[in-house]
Amino acid sequence: MRLYIRRMDALVIKNLHKSFDGVAAVKGIDFSIRQGEIFGLLGPNGAGKSTTINMIAGVVRLGSGQISAFGYDNQKDYRHTRRMIGVVHQEIVIDNFFTVDQALKLHAGYYGVKDDPVWRQLLIDRLGLEPHLHKVMLKLSGGLKRRFMIAKALIHRPRLLILDEPTAGVDVELRHGLWEFVREINRQGTTILLTTHYLEEAEEMCDRIAIMHHGDLIAMEETHDLVRRLSNRELRIWLVQPLENVPAGLEECRPELKDDGRLLLLNLPKGGEVGQVLSQLCALKLPIRDIETDQSNLEDVFIQLTGLDGGNDGP
Amino acid sequence: MDHNNEREYSSWLPFFTLLRKEILRFWRVSTQTLLAPIVTAGLYLFVFGATLGERLSIVEGYSYAQFVIPGLIMMGIINNSFANTSSSLFMSRYLGGIVDLLVTPVSPPQFILAYTLAAMLRGLLVGTVVWLISTVFASLPWESPLLGILMAMLASFMFAQFGLIAAIYAQSFDTISMYTSFLILPLIFLGGVFYPISILPEPWGKFSLLNPLFYLIDGFRHALIGFGDTSYLVSFGFSIVLAIILFVWAAWLIGKGYRLRA
Repeated sequence: MRLYIRRMDALVIKNLHKSFDGVAAVKGIDFSIRQGEIFGLLGPNGAGKSTTINMIAGVVRLGSGQISAFGYDNQKDYRHTRRMIGVVHQEIVIDNFFTVDQALKLHAGYYGVKDDPVWRQLLIDRLGLEPHLHKVMLKLSGGLKRRFMIAKALIHRPRLLILDEPTAGVDVELRHGLWEFVREINRQGTTILLTTHYLEEAEEMCDRIAIMHHGDLIAMEETHDLVRRLSNRELRIWLVQPLENVPAGLEECRPELKDDGRLLLLNLPKGGEVGQVLSQLCALKLPIRDIETDQSNLEDVFIQLTGLDGGNDGP
Repeated sequence: MDHNNEREYSSWLPFFTLLRKEILRFWRVSTQTLLAPIVTAGLYLFVFGATLGERLSIVEGYSYAQFVIPGLIMMGIINNSFANTSSSLFMSRYLGGIVDLLVTPVSPPQFILAYTLAAMLRGLLVGTVVWLISTVFASLPWESPLLGILMAMLASFMFAQFGLIAAIYAQSFDTISMYTSFLILPLIFLGGVFYPISILPEPWGKFSLLNPLFYLIDGFRHALIGFGDTSYLVSFGFSIVLAIILFVWAAWLIGKGYRLRA
């Protein structure tokens, strides 16, 4: 876990609403992102993540509520906030009139920042774009387009980088490379807001996580705390001799017998100690052959909260 | 990494960058955006200047070539100013590239100004080359050069705005080409490019006065050769009012983000 020096939040969202044709997409959410953290906004398709991100970035108009970035209101002071934010859109954006190199040079200018050849070259090198600089977007593979979009989002050296599903459809090797790069720029002080469908990556990457469902924010806390608070730990006890009945004294752990009485399943209560349960088992003198523990992860928590499968998250 | 800061920021750089991008965009495909309309206008000039023009005279004191050249120059300006903003903005909307602009600090006035100036440049470039080619067939007296230039700029400005409006309302590329084929082209042809409306029998002459392009073409011809169906004042007055209406309409759409921001 990281320690943060309390300072102005990178992003503050208050009572944010948005509807499309009378259908509420975002229903009054509030959250803030601290400077320097990696914040994950997760949720099934249609949960309102992209709408929220697009309202922060300025692509979608606010229904109602308030968004401020580094103390600036994103409606009144939009020129300030947009300059401080870089966005990697979920959809691949194509402009076939310009090569990768030309587009990167132009993009810095859109943000009112002069082209910095040293920084541009660093991005080109780190994202492996050098051999493709003189190609137009149409000639790039899917993975290269993603890398180019990340370079484009960072070309004006933003303080907050928003990544909306940056690794969708990207192979494992490239995904790892991209996340490593994201970690690197985060270590250098850039705040990150990301959405991803790869929950194991979110668990590994994010300091804090918020989960959206049907336009509401249904959970938000430190990743570690969220998983610990909502996860179930299961103790699997393989027995030498099968049992006919569940032994008395273990009711708190919701015991269950399986595999013709050879496997005893115990659910550890939240905050419960394994040692205490093991003492109880010793006192019962059960013929134990083996013991396994199973800790649920963010994906299990996600399924528990949303009732959906994290990897195949429905409509 | 060092983040960008206030001192490095130039509030007009986004505008100049967008303007540069819009100019580069049409320059890169200049065969299609500059050469093709110039060749088309050159063919018109050849037909009406070197062939039919020699045998026709519909306005006393002027050759037909002299009469038709201002209209052909204006046609080039109008078509290309409209084509530049409409195709560029519609393609951005259609292919999704517009989001790259929407997330930047480019303000709505900068957005309109950059698209408009690039479109005006393309329209006026085509118009200038058409005029240069026309000197092979006939020389124009240039009665009021300043007014002629102002009228050309007004036409390019007006159709740059109309192109923005069309691009915002259009749902497909077909809609854009419908604007060109079924609105602009008929209005140009019926707006007195090839004949003075005074030779039309009534009520067609009166109907022509309802055509906004008639005032642009007539005012421009008046400035270049000293002949017009209406006075300068009427042509300029009408064209300026129409330009303001189109500008306010385009500014309102873009300021509101209509069909640009969800």
